[in-house]
Amino acid sequence: MEFVSSLMQHKFLQYALMGGIMASIGCGVVGSYVVVKRIGFLAGGIAHAVLGGMGAAFFFGVEPIHGALLAAIVVALLIGWITLNWRQQEETSIGAMWAVGMAIGILFISQTPGYQSDLMTYLFGNILLITARDLWLMAVMDVVLLVTVTLFYRQFLIVAFDEEFARLRGIPVVFFHLLLLCLVAISVVLLIRVVGLILVIALLTLPAAIAMQYVHTVGRMMALATALGVLFCTTGLAVSYQPDVPAGATIILVAGAAYLLSMLFHNYRQRIKARAAISR
Amino acid sequence: MTPIVRVENVSFSYGGPTVLSDVVLDIAPGEFIGVVGPNAGGKTTLLKLMLGLLEPTMGKIQIDGRPPHEGRRKIGYVPQYPPFERDFPITVEQTVMLGRLGTARLLGTYSKKDRIVTQRVMEEIEISDIRSRRLNTLSGGQLQRVLLARALVSEPAILMLDEPTANIDERMETDIFDLLRALNQRTTVVVVSHDIGFISQYVSRVACVNRTLMCHSTLAIDGKMIQELYDEDVHMVEHSRV
Repeated sequence: MEFVSSLMQHKFLQYALMGGIMASIGCGVVGSYVVVKRIGFLAGGIAHAVLGGMGAAFFFGVEPIHGALLAAIVVALLIGWITLNWRQQEETSIGAMWAVGMAIGILFISQTPGYQSDLMTYLFGNILLITARDLWLMAVMDVVLLVTVTLFYRQFLIVAFDEEFARLRGIPVVFFHLLLLCLVAISVVLLIRVVGLILVIALLTLPAAIAMQYVHTVGRMMALATALGVLFCTTGLAVSYQPDVPAGATIILVAGAAYLLSMLFHNYRQRIKARAAISR
Repeated sequence: MTPIVRVENVSFSYGGPTVLSDVVLDIAPGEFIGVVGPNAGGKTTLLKLMLGLLEPTMGKIQIDGRPPHEGRRKIGYVPQYPPFERDFPITVEQTVMLGRLGTARLLGTYSKKDRIVTQRVMEEIEISDIRSRRLNTLSGGQLQRVLLARALVSEPAILMLDEPTANIDERMETDIFDLLRALNQRTTVVVVSHDIGFISQYVSRVACVNRTLMCHSTLAIDGKMIQELYDEDVHMVEHSRV
């Protein structure tokens, strides 16, 4: 309750809430493709390697979030290109990019003069530090994501569903694969402010994975995952506020708990259904 | 008549032993041809070459006078194993409609024509009643019909099927082949099968593939020929239609 009254008073809390909602759009829409296409590990690789770009931006005095966006797109295309050409070594190459990107970031940050309190913010996010400018940038990224997905919904669907069939129908599979990875990159950057790059992967996959258990189409999955993202971010923010614990980590714990409960419920429901089918 | 599929002296190897050697095959429009042979004899490889999913090591393939990667839009393809995850959140109707891509417009949503064609095909293949079911609730036979419908909505000139009845029971096998016989009224049908005895009552010609290719009209299939092809004793089973 204290959270609600504080929300009325404090601008930073309102910004935090809006940031959570905007990040949820990204994780709902793009996260659904990540889950159905089973590229969670790849998305994790992109998210972590982004630290390289953020560190470099930090070192050269550029706005870290711009460095992150550029780095995310570069890493996404690089990982996409590697995985398309050396399919056998996909796991290894993603793991390598994951660690190398982080290592580059840490070197840059260690060489940057001054107090390095920001490091923790990149790694674990701080939703309470979201500014009006961040919100504008997040809004632009959301619009880019939504427009791209609206235009190419069916192409992304067929490439995620059955790549071979897509190729036979004359769909440029490689182009849409790389475009999807760029969308993943943008979503990762969207989420960095909220939960940080280490925890991004949870918000990108958990809401969509829960949604997949209850709906029959990818479109509805996106809508439900977005709603769940908003729910988790808001709950996490509210729960963390009074005891003053990190909001990002709390949001992830809420999402993780919801995923666990949903799995248990889903399995239970399947068993009931199976039993009903037999006794019929 | 000019052949709709032309395979000219094609050899293929994945890098190890030769899979196909000097294969020559012309398929005329309107044919119902069975590609038969033992497992690992190269049937599926030949099909993938025709689809342009593999490049011939030597020789040339043409689909309707063009290289496979251009001509294959005229092909409706039904794979042997559904290559997608069964729990993918997608309905029967959406799966079938995806087959319109490549024919349909590029951006945005499906057109009215896409929907009309999809409805018509689903009725013809008798899956209208399960159109809103999710894929993971279907039986093997129903899934096979969905894949067939997906191949048909692009209104293909050629239908290519890889072991369409491998995962379903015998009664449904008959159903599917009766359906293919009806479809053959308007399209060329190429069906890969290991079950030469069964398909011989449907196809107009068989192409026997075991590294090389021998063609036979259906009339010539007897125990001796099968033995030559499979290089061992084969129990022939007379399938009677129930």
